[in-house]
Amino acid sequence: MAEIAAPRGADWVEPPAGSPAVPSRRWWLRRPPIIPTLPMIMIGIIFFAAIFASVIAPFSPTKNHLFDSFTAPWGWEGGSSTYILGTDFLGRDIFSRIIHGARISLTIAGLVILIGASVGTLVGIVAGYFGGLLDSILMRIADLVLGIPLILVAIVLVTVTGASVGNIIFIVSAFVWPRYARIIRSETLSLREQDFVMLARVAGISSRRIMLRHILPNVVSTLIVLCTLQVGQVVLLESALSFLGVGIPPPKPSWGIMVADGRTNLTSGWWISLTPGLAIVVLVVSFNLVGDWLRDRLDPRLQRY
Amino acid sequence: MLLEVKNLRVQFDTLMGLSSPVDGISFSLEKGETLGIVGESGCGKSMSASAILRLVPPPGRIVDGEVLLDGTDLLKASAANMRQVRGHYMSMVLQDPVASLNPVFPIGNQVAEAVTVSQRLRRRSLKEKVIELLQRVRIPSAENRIYEYPHQMSGGMRQRVAGAISFASNDLKVLIADEPTTALDVTVQAQYLDLLKELQADVGFGLIFISHDIGAVAELCDKVSVMYAGKIVETGPTRTIINHPRHPYTKALLDCLPRLNEVKRLEPIGGEPPNPFAFPPGCRFAPRCPRATELCHTQYPDFVQIDENHDAACWYANES
Repeated sequence: MAEIAAPRGADWVEPPAGSPAVPSRRWWLRRPPIIPTLPMIMIGIIFFAAIFASVIAPFSPTKNHLFDSFTAPWGWEGGSSTYILGTDFLGRDIFSRIIHGARISLTIAGLVILIGASVGTLVGIVAGYFGGLLDSILMRIADLVLGIPLILVAIVLVTVTGASVGNIIFIVSAFVWPRYARIIRSETLSLREQDFVMLARVAGISSRRIMLRHILPNVVSTLIVLCTLQVGQVVLLESALSFLGVGIPPPKPSWGIMVADGRTNLTSGWWISLTPGLAIVVLVVSFNLVGDWLRDRLDPRLQRY
Repeated sequence: MLLEVKNLRVQFDTLMGLSSPVDGISFSLEKGETLGIVGESGCGKSMSASAILRLVPPPGRIVDGEVLLDGTDLLKASAANMRQVRGHYMSMVLQDPVASLNPVFPIGNQVAEAVTVSQRLRRRSLKEKVIELLQRVRIPSAENRIYEYPHQMSGGMRQRVAGAISFASNDLKVLIADEPTTALDVTVQAQYLDLLKELQADVGFGLIFISHDIGAVAELCDKVSVMYAGKIVETGPTRTIINHPRHPYTKALLDCLPRLNEVKRLEPIGGEPPNPFAFPPGCRFAPRCPRATELCHTQYPDFVQIDENHDAACWYANES
């Protein structure tokens, strides 16, 4: 909070009427910028690229240019301006693949988090609010799911049904929801003991409405932080599965597969893994920063002006 | 008779054993009447209040008794009917004004939510009703304050908003105030008690006022029940109880209060309340009672009628 940094003696400046607070002269004490502009721009660019992938990308993401394979990025020795970020071992344009990969990675991450968070929140709130036997049953199911080795089940499932985007979304969601359920349940446990829940019950409000209107909004900030942190996890999980051949079927570009593809050529063609890797880092960090900001924004107790 | 509670018993089945924080209490309340329930912390006052509204937290259960509102037994009502009763006819004001409002909604929304339980109002008329309710609990410039969040208001104001939620219904019959003033400072307390009185005069509901503050009870209540270790030990008109207490516990409580017209040392009650998992077999106050006899330690005393409305559960209520 701003008051903590109240300067001593001569440092003190009376704030002019209407201005929020005096920013501290010590820059290391100042709060980070109110709106995380850069991360938002980065997310915006990635979304834009994902939506208009076919318009922006100079090449098809799956087309091989075998004579141009292992071209370095533009500006490096052996690089050319045709392939800005270079080509991989089949001569596919990395820039185009990253753009198309954004579409696939974001779709998967988005859907997985949507499904996982919805199911997990529902289970968590219901278990936490009603407690007792229902709580025990739901939480044991969640424990069970957390205890199953994801990769093994994925391999079995994919050998039976075949690799597809739908399958990946299903498998990863099924493994993501218990995390939400656990955390939301523990939040609900403390919220349901609060007097405002008691007062709502005294006022004759139904359990369903209490869960929806009184518990859910109070866990939203946790939920958002959890979701943004999960974006990274899900992208990495998807790439792990793709790497093992049970994720996205091969020629399709996803960031995870691209990192995996370049693994064998790290010494000769570092850019094949590095560029999609950087894209993952930028996406994950941006989401985390925006998530932190959103959490503060959504908490009315932290809103000052 | 508006509300009649008969032999209400709440039991907790815990790992430490069985415990009955409310052990067979009975009282009644007329329309427009105010009943005070007094006792020290942990004697079962608040639990009785929750039990009347059937909101005993698990693992507690109501194991015996009747709660008759206008002759219908609430303990036999279905959960849906009970919810109707809570929204329409009975309500409660809670102890802690800070925690009884949801921090993520403006207060107007929260009052509105409670209003819609009992009345079908929309938009404009709902907003008017909310403002009217807030004005009724004396919130200045209510029309602007409906957009404020709980943390933007003071403790006294929040208590009033919580109050507005509690009397949102138009046909409120019974209001239970569970130590509504303990978290407020003295001047605000007095204002709040005045407000309660005024509202009661307007609406005419029966009020159950739970407190350990005998001063507040004396000011507000028509009759008083004194609770000790899950049982009511003495009931009677406020004046009689304060001036001529018959149960040793009531006397001891009154001796803890400073009086204006005499100078004497305050007498604290020796010992401590009994363990709720192992109540003494006889009178529960016997271990702390200065005049306890063999009889008191072995057998629980029945109520002795002293006056028409004055009862005390003591073997020696008629002596003194």
